[in-house]
Amino acid sequence: MAQPTLDLSPKVSDEIRKTTCYMCACRCGINVHMKDGKVAYIEGNRDHPVNQGVLCAKGSAGIMQVNAPSRLKAPLKRVGPRGSGEFEEISWDEAYGIAEGWLRPIREEDPSKLAFFTGRDQSQSFTSFWAQNFGTPNYAAHGGFCSVNMAAAGIYTMGGAFWEFGQPDWDHTKLFMLFGVAEDHDSNPIKMGLGKIKARGAKVIGVNPIRSGYNAVADEWVGITPGTDGLFILAMVHCLMKAGKIDLDYLARWTNAPVLVDKDTGLLLRDKDGKELVIDRKTGKPTAFDKPGVQPDLSATHKDGHKPVLHLMAERYMSDEYAPEAVAERCGIVASRIRAIAAELARVAFEESFELPIEWTDFRGETHTSMTARPVAMHSMRGISAHANGFQTCRALHVLQIILGSVEAPGGFRFKPPYPKPSKIHPKPHCKVTPGQPLDGPHLGFVHGPEDLALKEDGTPARIDKAFTWENPMSAHGLMHMVISNAYAGDPYKIDTLFMYMANMSWNSSMNTGGVMKMLTDKDEETGEYVIPHIIYSDAYSSEMVAYADLILPDTTYLERHDCISLLDRPICEADGAADAIRWPVIEPDRNVKGFQSALCDLGARLGLPGFVNEDGSQKYADYGDYIVNHVRKPGIGPLAGWRGENGDQHGRGDPNPDQLNQYIENGGFFVKHVPEGASYMKPWNTAYQGWAVEMGLYDAPQPYLFSLYVEPMQKFRRAAQGHGDIQPPEHLRARVEENMDPLPFWSDPAPANQVDDYPITALTQRPMAMYHSWGTQNAWLRQLHGHNPLYLPTNLMQANDLKDGDWAKVTSPHGSITVPVMEMAALNENTVWTWNAIGKRKGAWALDKDAPEATKGFLLNHLIHELLPPKGDGLRWTNSDPITGQAAWFDLKVRIEKATAPAESQPAFPPIKSPVGQGPKDLAWKVGK
Amino acid sequence: MTQLPTSTQKKLGLVIDLDTCVGCHACVISCKGWNTENYGAPLSDQDAYGANPSGTFLNRVHSYEVTPLATSAKPHPAAQTIHFPKSCLHCEDAPCVTVCPTGASYKREEDGIVLVNEKDCIGCGLCAWACPYGARELDQDEGVMKKCTLCVDRIYNENLPEVDRTPSCVRTCPAGARHFGDLGDPDSDVSQLVAERGGMDLMPEQGTKPVNKYLPPRPKDDLPEFDVLAPYLEPVAENSGGFIGWLDKALDKLPSKGAN
Amino acid sequence: MHPAPSVIIFTTLSGLGFGLLFFLGLGMPDVTGWTAFWFFVIGYVLAVGGLISSTFHLGHPERAIKAFSQWRSSWLSREGICAVAALLVMALFGAGLVFFNSTWQPLGYLGALLSLATVFTTSMIYAQMKTIPRWNMPWTPAKFLTLSLAGGALLAGQVTLAVILLVISGGITAATWAIGDGAFARSGTDMETATGLGRIGKVKAFEPPHTGTNYLLREFVHVVGRKHSQKLRIIAGTLAFVIPVFILLVLPFSHVLALVAILSHIAGVACARWLFFAEAEHVVGLYYGKR
Repeated sequence: MAQPTLDLSPKVSDEIRKTTCYMCACRCGINVHMKDGKVAYIEGNRDHPVNQGVLCAKGSAGIMQVNAPSRLKAPLKRVGPRGSGEFEEISWDEAYGIAEGWLRPIREEDPSKLAFFTGRDQSQSFTSFWAQNFGTPNYAAHGGFCSVNMAAAGIYTMGGAFWEFGQPDWDHTKLFMLFGVAEDHDSNPIKMGLGKIKARGAKVIGVNPIRSGYNAVADEWVGITPGTDGLFILAMVHCLMKAGKIDLDYLARWTNAPVLVDKDTGLLLRDKDGKELVIDRKTGKPTAFDKPGVQPDLSATHKDGHKPVLHLMAERYMSDEYAPEAVAERCGIVASRIRAIAAELARVAFEESFELPIEWTDFRGETHTSMTARPVAMHSMRGISAHANGFQTCRALHVLQIILGSVEAPGGFRFKPPYPKPSKIHPKPHCKVTPGQPLDGPHLGFVHGPEDLALKEDGTPARIDKAFTWENPMSAHGLMHMVISNAYAGDPYKIDTLFMYMANMSWNSSMNTGGVMKMLTDKDEETGEYVIPHIIYSDAYSSEMVAYADLILPDTTYLERHDCISLLDRPICEADGAADAIRWPVIEPDRNVKGFQSALCDLGARLGLPGFVNEDGSQKYADYGDYIVNHVRKPGIGPLAGWRGENGDQHGRGDPNPDQLNQYIENGGFFVKHVPEGASYMKPWNTAYQGWAVEMGLYDAPQPYLFSLYVEPMQKFRRAAQGHGDIQPPEHLRARVEENMDPLPFWSDPAPANQVDDYPITALTQRPMAMYHSWGTQNAWLRQLHGHNPLYLPTNLMQANDLKDGDWAKVTSPHGSITVPVMEMAALNENTVWTWNAIGKRKGAWALDKDAPEATKGFLLNHLIHELLPPKGDGLRWTNSDPITGQAAWFDLKVRIEKATAPAESQPAFPPIKSPVGQGPKDLAWKVGK
Repeated sequence: MTQLPTSTQKKLGLVIDLDTCVGCHACVISCKGWNTENYGAPLSDQDAYGANPSGTFLNRVHSYEVTPLATSAKPHPAAQTIHFPKSCLHCEDAPCVTVCPTGASYKREEDGIVLVNEKDCIGCGLCAWACPYGARELDQDEGVMKKCTLCVDRIYNENLPEVDRTPSCVRTCPAGARHFGDLGDPDSDVSQLVAERGGMDLMPEQGTKPVNKYLPPRPKDDLPEFDVLAPYLEPVAENSGGFIGWLDKALDKLPSKGAN
Repeated sequence: MHPAPSVIIFTTLSGLGFGLLFFLGLGMPDVTGWTAFWFFVIGYVLAVGGLISSTFHLGHPERAIKAFSQWRSSWLSREGICAVAALLVMALFGAGLVFFNSTWQPLGYLGALLSLATVFTTSMIYAQMKTIPRWNMPWTPAKFLTLSLAGGALLAGQVTLAVILLVISGGITAATWAIGDGAFARSGTDMETATGLGRIGKVKAFEPPHTGTNYLLREFVHVVGRKHSQKLRIIAGTLAFVIPVFILLVLPFSHVLALVAILSHIAGVACARWLFFAEAEHVVGLYYGKR
């Protein structure tokens, strides 16, 4: 018998439509292959700056998201009690009518009665614009419970942080050190970067209590005790300073290490123009840091006793408190290993350095013939930031990078446009409410002193989430995780309508999940009304949160909508180029749904919000696509940077171009403008980059600045706590502010506040690479990969509790307990347990069978975490968050564990909610082509 | 057909780098997507939204923990996690082919790819019994045996740009842990990689002579002890006073890089 | 391996059926007419019934005809051919005995040989599997053949032969259990060779590729508890060998007792066959940390 003849060149598709993925927040370019007008296959777009052709499991599974039975089909009005899931389908007109009926009176009387919070959406510059025009101060997205510590610490320290702000120099680094990274953050670029490093045999050090994912391929694994990263980092700083293995030239030129600190106030000495002063090594005199020719002196002390920042650092970090031997036990890393890693950093940074022959001129006018590499790169995300000491830990990490001279040096860490961007040119928070009028400015921003806080005249919080108050002065992303509990408590005030988008607050996106369900369903005893009277929610899918809203605005899937991934928002730039992208409807919805942003255009027009109506009162933007093209944020600047100007021949700045979306589509759905070669490193100080950034509209004027090893704004808050100035913290917060607003990084132990003596084990979650928060579960392919989640225990805890794989354990925190299946993991810190996040599901949600393993064996750790810390006996309840930024301290969770008899299903179990979309089909054999 | 060709012109296959795979499952789902839409019957899923979902996959990523043996230098070596993608290895001596009673399973003479001609498959499952690697799965909806085709409908496909003529798992792998090529050609990139990195066979004792190779993880946790690295941390000062003194001298020694 | 009822029924019944046909082909018992008819009916019901049962696990039984094509390499194909040939030849031979009252003995010998060959090819389907060390040894065909012959002799009423063959097949069955228990370990295949990671250290399965089950786990991974298996072996041995031998040797002959002996033997063989599958460990289980 002969071999069968195969058709080796079958037709792949009728057409490829190129858009942007939204199976997670990574925003890769995708080629959507169409057959007969349907989605047949999805692959990565090779030309795209983010993913260069590759695509993760989620991205490839997009086809199963677009056909998911959990998709909402029409606007819904609640007809049963909140939480029951009983709804009736209504028209969009009726839905808008209901929303308007609630929102119009609020706006006219007190716009702050609306709390508008969006989850993981990627349109924050648009949603915040809507909220600002509505006039409420109560707007934020999910950064507060995600990684604000990382973002804020990065921006205050060096004008940018990781992920959207910057990246390792994958092409040149020789040693890559990775601290606690959720495996879904910037996921494809990190995997691609690791691949490059591995291909040339460079080293990876992974610092993480859990050896999974990226840490599994790390050449060196440091299974650190959670929450002690700051201590480990500062111990390495100690070693490096003692050995003089710091980049003195870099510190002198580009950082505030030589800047003089006023010995009385702790503020930086400045000249009459406000320029920071250094001592010029040539003249020995205090001189403005940016004076051409100045040689900032790191060693000299001002005649009046004012010392440079580096002296203060030496005094602190060279003390024995930070010696490896002093920290080893707490960190769970032997002292000799800490020293070995510090030595390796020093060796690679200084012994394996090289010069890139790129000529460049710095802001002082000096021209350099080359750029000096410090080929040590670092990256980190939530693992170090989601602790109550996260801000200072992130700061410590940046200090480590900076003393090695590796930030913006070849082989080190590189900013992505529009970063670098010093904290002082970011907006400040605005909170002035005027009935019937827009807010006085953008909600979120960076504070530089007590005068920038969002306080009312009486000193009480202006915002429902208490962001930018003395409880957490630098809460740059707001505190989404506090909104519901504060609104429920009426503290600082009551609200009327809670409006949320894509945030699963009654399930995996809240601490204290059961408590949140109660807060959303509790009624006021006197009025019989819900304590939070109205809830509007928008989601594309039948998530757990749907059941807790009164009005549902059904969103589209990502292939059915317009979006812009804007430079004004969370851009997709790479170190070598500024880039933005769009989504466009590659298929039309087959249901009565609408992109949420388009619905906001409609609703904004109905409410007559400035910015959403023309002068004659008519609707300004027909839909979000219209807004993306025609909105002008400031002259020449709009949501998209590419193909601006009437003819589409301008980039960065230019008038709106009516054909702009088509030009994006023709280009594969994105726009990229490369950074000129001479501008590719040393950007904060490089005149070529500064000029290019102005041309691109990233800056209004060149913005050279010094990295802030010493963060002066923090000292301003500290001084207020010490009794200086008009605006001072309330008494009960005074000591806390003084301690925490330390302008130099320090380490504090979050464990005692979480009752570590009784609950000695840290419980962590991380998200699997193949799932994005709760979305993966509704995906027929992805849910087979992660259909339930065991609690992973290290070998010693398995043995100590007489547990075998598949046994069940009761896990108790100061707040509650859960009973869940366990599995052994040897490559795990011995005082840590963990599980995959957001696999556990509520029965009735996501169009799954009520016996789905996600509901019967899956579980959430969220039930164990409270938004407040356990009482410590001072009569106060402190928030379970970072005292500087308010970032939710997810990873400070402490528990104890005991063996349990296997229950019928994971505990706690909640009754099923009624599915507004029914249940998915039994079997699937999905093939679009004939 | 169930007789194996005495030799094949090429030995197309995959090289999988266990030192680089982060276990992200990208290859698993890309494979599922391509092969659901292309070669033969779609890869079906049973109870897709139910209590016991189970579908056909041609590529699955396992993970293992390996605990190195203790040595006097390292009495408590840390365990290692290794992600391990596995699909058909396109064996030279493929037992799945010879057991097939109908000739549906065959190994292509031109490139060595092992395929199932679904029209001839009676779904007896014997080939899956014969395969030591678990590379074959009987599709429950279609009743035929499914397996990795090495994307035979991509690698020669003239409707795809040349750069895309690779298996979908290789094209999509974000970490670049998967490589495709002719392992019969000692000069090919994949053969070179296997030679350099000590590529290995799975279950060599089964005598299947797999074409696909696995690159073993590089040695882990082998940073030298601190005494070896100590010269890089030779102290210049013990306290901040000494440090500032050192600073002054060190600054003097700095090459004044054209400071004007 | 998953002990699929269809395959257990098939191998048990067809083994017996072809065993009986073997003896009929040899003229043992030397019967003609209606007596021969009933003997052949029993032989065919068992052999054909077993064959039909084996098609129940096929994904596409309507294509079964294609399975005759690959006799050069495939034991399954050979089995099909042998079975059909044996049934055809024995049908002719039987027709001679039943309808023409004549013994076409060369056909009988040929039919007997083909019947035995069928059993042998069946056994080789299992014995050839290097992936299943418990099966991958010459004892497997020896077991199938002797069991088939013993059952055939029992059905054919060959008391002395039956006793001898029952003792031999019982011994071989016990031997396959004893030898089979160590076969996996002796095969040299373990998690270290399966993953190639043995050079680093001891390998343990961590997260499975999917949290749910799949075809491979359903088909190849079936765990029988050691105690459970010992109990079943005793039951199988008692039913298949001890009771029939006891009845034949010790008790006075009666048709009722003979029936009891036969039924006991069949039940015992079925039980042993269940164990044959359920205890067989496929090397693919190693990838899942299971055997």
